[in-house]
Amino acid sequence: MMDNNNKVTNILLSGVGGQGAILTGNILAHVFVEAGYDVKKSEVHGMAQRGGDVTTHFRYGKKVYSPLIKCGDVDFLLAFELLEALRYINYCKKDAKIIINDQKILPPAVNLGQAKYPDNIPATFKKYFKDNVYIVRGQEIATKLGNAQAANVVLVGAFSNFFSEIKDEMWLGALTGLLPKKILELNIKAFQEGKNSLLGITR
Amino acid sequence: MKKILQGNEAIARGAWEAGVTVACAYPGTPSSEILAEIAKYKEVTAQWSPNEKIAVEVASGAAIAGARAMACMKHVGLNVASDPFMTLAYTGIKGGFVIVVADDPNVHSSQNEQDSRNWARFAKVPMLEPTDAQECKDLTKIAFEISEKFDTPVLLKSTTSISHSDSLVEPGERQESPVALGLDEKQASKYVMLPANVRARREVMEERMRRLETYADEFPCNVMEINDPRIGVITAGAAYMYTKEVFPNYSYLKLGMIWPLPKRLISDFFRKVNKVIIVEELDPFLETEIKALGYKIFHGKDLIPNMYELSPEIVERSLKGNAYKAPKIRVNLEDLPKRPPNLCPGCSHRALFYSLKKLGVFVFGDIGCYTLAAFPPLQAIHTTICMGAGVGGAYGAGKALGREGLGKICAVIGDSTFLHGGIGPVMETVYNKGYSTTIILDNRTTGMTGLQEHAGTGYTLKVEPTNMIDYEQLVRALGVKHVRKVDPYNVKETMETIKEELNGDEASVIITENGPCMLHRREKRKFQFLYFMIDTGTCRGCRACLEIGCPAISWTEREGMTKDGKTRKGTVSINRLQCPGCGLCAQVCKFESIVPGHEDADDGQQ
Repeated sequence: MMDNNNKVTNILLSGVGGQGAILTGNILAHVFVEAGYDVKKSEVHGMAQRGGDVTTHFRYGKKVYSPLIKCGDVDFLLAFELLEALRYINYCKKDAKIIINDQKILPPAVNLGQAKYPDNIPATFKKYFKDNVYIVRGQEIATKLGNAQAANVVLVGAFSNFFSEIKDEMWLGALTGLLPKKILELNIKAFQEGKNSLLGITR
Repeated sequence: MKKILQGNEAIARGAWEAGVTVACAYPGTPSSEILAEIAKYKEVTAQWSPNEKIAVEVASGAAIAGARAMACMKHVGLNVASDPFMTLAYTGIKGGFVIVVADDPNVHSSQNEQDSRNWARFAKVPMLEPTDAQECKDLTKIAFEISEKFDTPVLLKSTTSISHSDSLVEPGERQESPVALGLDEKQASKYVMLPANVRARREVMEERMRRLETYADEFPCNVMEINDPRIGVITAGAAYMYTKEVFPNYSYLKLGMIWPLPKRLISDFFRKVNKVIIVEELDPFLETEIKALGYKIFHGKDLIPNMYELSPEIVERSLKGNAYKAPKIRVNLEDLPKRPPNLCPGCSHRALFYSLKKLGVFVFGDIGCYTLAAFPPLQAIHTTICMGAGVGGAYGAGKALGREGLGKICAVIGDSTFLHGGIGPVMETVYNKGYSTTIILDNRTTGMTGLQEHAGTGYTLKVEPTNMIDYEQLVRALGVKHVRKVDPYNVKETMETIKEELNGDEASVIITENGPCMLHRREKRKFQFLYFMIDTGTCRGCRACLEIGCPAISWTEREGMTKDGKTRKGTVSINRLQCPGCGLCAQVCKFESIVPGHEDADDGQQ
């Protein structure tokens, strides 16, 4: 992705309020600013974050204008929840890389039995994006490490595989700069486990 | 070295660098972060005011005393503050005075979608509009200089997509204000707005506007970029960024100052390009003014929507028309279940609104998290207009309906909202002999905008202990004779209390107690049990507990039987990680199938 021309890379983060999409956006900002890029990051959410859907538009390149990604221009979709991934499927470029946390959080209408949670979301993505779809067991990995809340950093670890030019120290530097001390060690482990989960299989 | 800052952080930084010493605000999305950020600087007296009008009055007093001062608010906040604001445009100030107003196109979190640029024209004050975080900082600093140079309040306008996006900013040093502090009695004719003085100031305003128009032509952030001369775009704010993104080769006149307009620069631009398109969010503000100057434009609001937020694809689609190539639709998004925001698990508002729903009353609502009780399944709020409107509305409805309305009408208002705009209408209800009941939902914080302190929490913005309002004493002093307190988590008692007061023929106030916001760290309610769980042996699958809309409770369709042989279509389950143990659902269940959980209970969850 380290093109020298004026290409801007578009990363869309999507999830449910409270899943850590905002922290993840801050980690990306830290890393790509450190790497010398112009960066724009935009948080889009409805009334506060009371369990509603939350997205962050993250863009980096030599010079970035719009704070929002144009629909259809997403290079990377990093989703913390399956339905919230699907909600942005039309935003993605044909050859986009799709990284999804294998977690379902039922929206109220589904909880009430008034709507159906879509079936087999990974298969829908694979139909359009073939081998560019990566499902990460973020919840499971983070729970094993002792805190399900760290699933977002597991995803960041998995995501880091797509940026070979960015050294691990930069990601870890961002974690150190942004996280409170008492949960840092756990999150560094979460990053490593996440990274290992896709190691060698990303294209 | 450049730092990545959110637009609101950059505004705070700019104000600090400009030597601001007094900053006031009432929280409101998308402006709230500005004050939280500026409070971190020790040189600044930063405070949450009870409402935007008071914030503007306080900051204007500081500016009249010579300080550089700022008041920040969301778009609707300026409606509240418009009274002092409109007249301060006549008096001017001494130290720099900047009002930040953040609009919310697309209504992410507001009760309307008004375009604040109209205030600049209406009040005859200059308005600046940034396009990114660097400009948020730069324009804030320049705003103070303009304010002092032209002796006028200055509006700095932002929007959600500028306030809530981060980009690189070159930080600078703080420079103390060049203006000397001090009050001058001899300036009374400038500040006492009696008719004779007003007429004199009226002329000063017109003269000031003429000088500002000349200044606008030289303003460094009104920038002309001549590329392809066939099409020129006049634009500002986020709309510039979207248009530049999709049409990088067009020529641009980017306006950093959108009022007054730079007439000479606009005339130059029309000479340099063949056709002019105006791209702006919401109202045809620039378009109307530019057309009034006698120019013919190629396109404007005939193509660009005058509603909602713009985006790169909306600008591209609008301007390209049939030539626009839409992105591929892989999934029809309309078919996906929506995910509206919801009250948190354990929220005391859920319990209170469940009681109101059961009582079947018409609820005049207000602005806050509790407005979410309007969504299904609770659907227990029936109006939401503006801060304070619910209390007056309930009183007025009672006047219209007379005794027919007795027992059927109530108003709800949050603690912060009550202090913002609810005191006056309670006074009105008593004074004019109304009977409506006002329920103050005291969750000990300004919840919706991110837990800001207010005059009822006992702490200032800088978290220093201070006086704490006693709501009961306050409303008694207003003349309310019937003041009750309820524990909202006790549904039976809450319903009885509300019912009694609704049927009383004098004004009453009910205050919820011990129901702090679930996200509050300082004030936490200790629930008796750690969490609740479903006794799957007795759950009849009646779905009554789903009617409270708690995110921790979900339905699983699976035909089966209870242990005593009753058939059922499915059962519910409670997510142990989400459930804080408030016990509302257990009170709703008729079959006693929701039972307290304990550390080693086996409900199939860990």
